[in-house]
Amino acid sequence: MRQITILSFLLISFFSLEILATDPGDGYKVGDIATDFSLKNIDGEMVSLSDFESAEGYIVIFTCNTCPWAVKYEDRIIDLHKKFSNDGFPVIAINPNDPSIKPGDSFSEMKVRASEKGFEFPYVFDEKQEVFPAYGATKTPHVYVLDKERMVKYIGAIDDSPRDPESVSINYIENAVESIRMGKTPDPATTKAIGCSIKSKKA
Amino acid sequence: MKFIFSLLLTSVGFVAFSQTSDKNVRVFDKFDQMESMLSTDSDTTYIINFWATWCKPCVKELPYFEELNSSDEFEKPLKVVLISLDDKKLVNRKVIPLLTKKNIQSEVWLLDDTRYNEWIDKVSTDWSGAIPATLLFDKNKRQFEEADFSSYNELQNFISKFLEG
Repeated sequence: MRQITILSFLLISFFSLEILATDPGDGYKVGDIATDFSLKNIDGEMVSLSDFESAEGYIVIFTCNTCPWAVKYEDRIIDLHKKFSNDGFPVIAINPNDPSIKPGDSFSEMKVRASEKGFEFPYVFDEKQEVFPAYGATKTPHVYVLDKERMVKYIGAIDDSPRDPESVSINYIENAVESIRMGKTPDPATTKAIGCSIKSKKA
Repeated sequence: MKFIFSLLLTSVGFVAFSQTSDKNVRVFDKFDQMESMLSTDSDTTYIINFWATWCKPCVKELPYFEELNSSDEFEKPLKVVLISLDDKKLVNRKVIPLLTKKNIQSEVWLLDDTRYNEWIDKVSTDWSGAIPATLLFDKNKRQFEEADFSSYNELQNFISKFLEG
């Protein structure tokens, strides 16, 4: 009996290692076609990119309630949606965190935060944690700007001044959207910033 | 001499002292001021951990790094440096109280440079920017890990592998 226990423990460990072996560096690179998804929005409706029939592109933002960096960007995310959704570039915010690790990122807390801040864009929950690994998101906030064909055109930060909106010198997402609208390649097409690791039992 | 030493320190960053503790945190405004310290010609292996007071998994693993720093189980000399990415305005209010509470004796620096895109790749091109993150280096090699350690044992194994490799 004891041997069976040890054996099953070993088997379980082996399979856990398989999961751990997924390189967090996997995921989309600029030029890849991003997958569509169907995730539950805070209003209970399922949301997919294909729902936005007149979209010229998409601003997909992995974000959450609890990461201080994500919170600092909330107002700027609201502004981005106001500024670009009418031009066909809606914001779709995705919470990738496992609420059993981060209770503040539960679906009910998402509803509370969205209503407090008056989010006018979908705030959907990656409950099965399948979308963020497909994209290759590792942290919140982590942004993917896609064109109409869902081709990844920009990956990275929102701007170059997370702590202080007054000190922004480069607005990466605005630049990316403007470039796509003019048929140009965003420059920079990728940026990096400090963020909170996405909370997952798999990682 | 002491005066010159303090003058040298203040010219690079400044050292914040809390009134309740002798713990000090060396503050850097720009990554450039720190960059030359992220490599070595000596026989010491450096373990650099990037963390912040607001990052729960980071705070959880601080004691493991502290244990490593005071450990004499490794034959080669090790040095742990904990680099806080908190706002420097919070040094006395948040960073030092947490270090005191956790009884951290390891060296602590604070990097207040939020132009992240200009320096994250200089630490490691493997770093997406998520924390916690840990850099190991000696005079011959470097290794970067963007993950947290769930126990001291796990960190220990990670270091042993690097030292053997």
